[in-house]
Amino acid sequence: MSGFLSSSIGKKFFMSITGLFLVVFLLVHLTANLALLFGPNAFNIVSHFMGTNPLIQIMQPILAAGFIVHIIYATFLTLQNQKARGNDGYAKVVNSHQSSWASKNMYILGSLVLTFLVLHILNFFWKIKVTGSPLLAEVEVNGEAMENAYALVAALFTDQKLGLVYSLVYIFGAIALAFHLTHGFWSAFQTLGMSNDIWRKRWTVLGYLFAFAVGGGFAIIPLFLMLFA
Amino acid sequence: MDLKLKIWRQKDAKAKGQFELYSLNNITKDSSFLEMMDVLNEQLLSQGIEPVAFDHDCREGICGMCSLFINGRAHGPDTEITTCQLHMRKFKDGETITVEPWRSNGFPIIKDLMVDRTAYDKILQAGGYVSVNTGGVPDANAIPISKEVADEAMDAATCIGCGACVATCKNSSAMLFVSNKVSQLALLPQGKAEASRRAKAMVSKMDELGFGNCTNTGACEVECPKGISISHIARLNREFLMATAKE
Ligand code: HEM
Ligand code: FES
Repeated sequence: MSGFLSSSIGKKFFMSITGLFLVVFLLVHLTANLALLFGPNAFNIVSHFMGTNPLIQIMQPILAAGFIVHIIYATFLTLQNQKARGNDGYAKVVNSHQSSWASKNMYILGSLVLTFLVLHILNFFWKIKVTGSPLLAEVEVNGEAMENAYALVAALFTDQKLGLVYSLVYIFGAIALAFHLTHGFWSAFQTLGMSNDIWRKRWTVLGYLFAFAVGGGFAIIPLFLMLFA
Repeated sequence: MDLKLKIWRQKDAKAKGQFELYSLNNITKDSSFLEMMDVLNEQLLSQGIEPVAFDHDCREGICGMCSLFINGRAHGPDTEITTCQLHMRKFKDGETITVEPWRSNGFPIIKDLMVDRTAYDKILQAGGYVSVNTGGVPDANAIPISKEVADEAMDAATCIGCGACVATCKNSSAMLFVSNKVSQLALLPQGKAEASRRAKAMVSKMDELGFGNCTNTGACEVECPKGISISHIARLNREFLMATAKE
C-alpha cells in the first residue's frame, strides 16, 4: 500500500477521487444557491436547512479534508512535474492544438479557485458561523425563525461602493472553476481507468456541459442580484 | 533553399550546452531533414568544426532512433511521422530552424542532440515481456483472438520507443510508452496472466527513473509518430488500480 501512495498513478488516484468528490459538492452547493432566484424566503429556507441538517454538518469537515488532500497532492504533483523536464528547458515550444489550454494550466486555475474560495468563506461562511453580522437578524418564514442569509448575500453584491467589484470577482471565480472542470471532469475518469476511445468523447462532452452549467449557475447569482435586487 | 540553423551544442553529459547558429545554403526542398543535417555536418567538417551528433538508424520511420525537437515540436512540424520522414518542404526558404534534444530528466543528454534513452529499456526489462517456459513451439493458431482485440493490441504494439511522448509532454511523463506495452500484453491471452504484476513493475520503474506524472493533457498522442491513443493510458490505470485492489 505504501508503494501505491507514492506511485504516480496512486497520487493521481487521490487527485481524481477528491476532484470528483468536489464535483459532487459543487452540484449540491449550486442547487442550494439557485434557490436565491426564487426569492428571499426560498433562499433562507434552504440556507437554514443547509445550516442545520445533520448530514450536511457531518460532510463539512470531510469536504474540508477533500479540499486539503486535493490541494496538497496538486502542489506535490505539479512541483514534481516541473522538475522532470530537467535543468535546461526548451527554447521553443509550440503548443499542440489538441491539448487544451486548461489541461496545461490546472494548477494556475486551481490556485485562482482557491483564492476565490478564501474570499468566499470570509464573505459568508465566516460571518454566519463565527463572527455573526447585524444583517443576519432573524426573520420568520412560514412560522419558523431563521437567520436572514439572503440579506447578507444581497448586501454584498448590491453594496454602493464594492457591489460591482464583488460581483465581478465572483463571476471571474466561476469562470476559473468552469475552466478547471473542462479538463478536470474527463481527466478524473481517465485517471480511474474508466475511459476508452468511445467513453473519452462522452466524458469530454459531459465535462463541458457540467463546466458550463456550474460556471453559468454560479455567475447568475451576482448578476441576478445586481439587476433585480 | 537557404536556412539558418539554431542548434543545441553540448560537448558531453556534464558540459554546459548552448545554441550555435549555422547558415546552410542550397538545400533542396525534397531532401529529408536528416539529409539536410548530413549536408550541414559535411560543411562543418570542411570548416574544421566538430559535426553535430544526432541519433538515427533506419531512416524510414521504423526503428525509433531519430529524435530532435524541431521548431518547438517533437519530430518537427508534421504529424504521425518521425524526424527521418520529415521533409524540408515543410519549411520556408530563409527560415531559422531551432533544433533541440529531447529534454527530460529520464533522458540525459549524451552529446549535442543525442540523448540516452536507456530508461525505456529499463522499464521494459521490469515487466514488458511475456514469460515463456521452455518446451515445444506452440501452434500459432491454437489460441483464438478476436479481430478487434488483435487490432487494438497491434495498435499499441506499433510504438517504436522514440521518446517523443516524453519529449512533448509538459510533465515529461512516460505514461504513453509504458501504457503501450501494458495494454498490448494485457489484451492478449499470452500476456494476461502476468498483467497485474507487469503494470506494477513497469510503473514503479518509470517513477524511479525521473519521469513526471501524467495529467491527461493528451499532447503525447498528437506528437506520437504512430498516432497511438491515450486510451491505452486508461487501460494502464485500470490494470494498475485493479492490481492494487487485489492485494
Ligand atoms: C471546487 C473545487 C475543485 C474541483 C471541483 C476540482 C476538480 C478537479 C478534478 C475533477 C480534477 C481531475 C483529477 C484527475 O485528473 O484525475 C482536478 C485536477 C486538478 N486540480 Fe482541482 N478541483 C478543485 C479545486 C482545486 C484547487 C483549489 C486546486 C489547487 C491549487 C486544484 C488543483 C488541481 C490540479 C493541479 C489538477 C491537475 C492534477 C492532475 O491532473 O494530476 N484544484 N481538479
Ligand atoms: S531513423 Fe529509424 S525511425 Fe527515424
